[in-house]
Amino acid sequence: MSFLPFAVAAWLFLAGLYGIVSSRNLIRTILSLTIVQSATYLVLLGVGYADHAQAPIFADIPQTAKAVDPVVQVLVLTDIVIEATVTALLLAMAVQAHKRFGSLDPSDLRALRD
Amino acid sequence: MGPSCLRPTRFARLVLGIYGLSLTMVFFVFQAPDVALSEVVVSTVGLPVMILMALRKVRQQEDEQRSSGEDE
Amino acid sequence: MNRTTRLALFGIAVAGFGFVLVDGLAGLPDFGNYHGVYGQVITGIGVTERHATDLVTALNFDIRGFDTLGEEFILFGSVLGVVLILRELRGESEHPNRHEADEHTFAGASEALRALGLMIVPALVAIGVYIVVHGQITPGGGFQGGVILAAGPFAVFLAGRYLRMKLIAPHMLVELGDAAGAAGYALIGLGGLVFVGVFFKNFLPFGIPGHLLSAGQMDLASAAVGLEVSGAFLVAFSEFLDQAVLVKDGSG
Repeated sequence: MSFLPFAVAAWLFLAGLYGIVSSRNLIRTILSLTIVQSATYLVLLGVGYADHAQAPIFADIPQTAKAVDPVVQVLVLTDIVIEATVTALLLAMAVQAHKRFGSLDPSDLRALRD
Repeated sequence: MGPSCLRPTRFARLVLGIYGLSLTMVFFVFQAPDVALSEVVVSTVGLPVMILMALRKVRQQEDEQRSSGEDE
Repeated sequence: MNRTTRLALFGIAVAGFGFVLVDGLAGLPDFGNYHGVYGQVITGIGVTERHATDLVTALNFDIRGFDTLGEEFILFGSVLGVVLILRELRGESEHPNRHEADEHTFAGASEALRALGLMIVPALVAIGVYIVVHGQITPGGGFQGGVILAAGPFAVFLAGRYLRMKLIAPHMLVELGDAAGAAGYALIGLGGLVFVGVFFKNFLPFGIPGHLLSAGQMDLASAAVGLEVSGAFLVAFSEFLDQAVLVKDGSG
């Protein structure tokens, strides 16, 4: 039971990698990348979790209460928003690739040759 | 390789939305409300919008190519 | 190399990688058995030292504010990349197909959807501003509130008025907001350097933890980041919407 989150994260990571490698559609590749990133979030948050601890917001709990690790939450928090923008960049590249090559299949994309 | 490779991607987009919501619940259980808030906002507003727009643009271009380049 | 070769190579590589991954993850301390010192120090003294009750935001904008500067500029850079990649190429032109762009016919929005969309816009803006400004007290902060704020003008588009969305959030304004937010955050860091002598050290008065004007520069930093994130997302949305609705290939 204590290994479950990490096992799920490892499985998601490998499943996402398989999705990236075996997809015939650039947009599906990008979505698989999102899954790989979420596996890393699970690992980070899993490391910081402490049993019977509360969220690190001390607005209404006493200051001496046990809390989970706030540092990993900071890393994951900014990463989620940045992942969305980087996905936007990748989607923009996919749209322009489709414009130029006429297909979203990665094996149809050749080097720029004109 | 036409629309048949787009249909699974529409389904994948819906699954991604559900995935984002379940990930939010997991973050909430991990006692990380900030992270859960960020994840729910990004995966309901940020990502599906851009994926939707990209898919629409690609579909538009495929229609244009099919209608203007049938002799290629 | 063709697809089967690629998949076979991947199979071999992922078997080795998977083994190392599981082995490494098994070496971590048990789930729930957290003993990190840095986190415990922060939760112990964070409230008394920084006068902020939300320690995650305190870490984000004050204690580890320098990292957030880097991450914010990653965001800025990738949105810059989106704008560059989706620029109008030679041979394309923007013809607003007036009827379609104004009436949002391609999603078949019904009247109920439009009414709901219009009602939701002020709620989104209010909630967004609330979450940005209360970042140091309750869960929230610049990043989350910024994305919610970006959803405001987008809801105007969902309510069926694409050209109205461009009126509310014109390109120049959102790009200006994006740049101003990024520059504002860097200037806050410089303010720490100028007034206290350390880059990104908190230089505004701390106040009482739990009140709105507390924790020094965290409010300003949160607002700057909120402005930047909402500007960045609106720029990305506008670029994609322009591509999907306006730009038509002139050469065919």
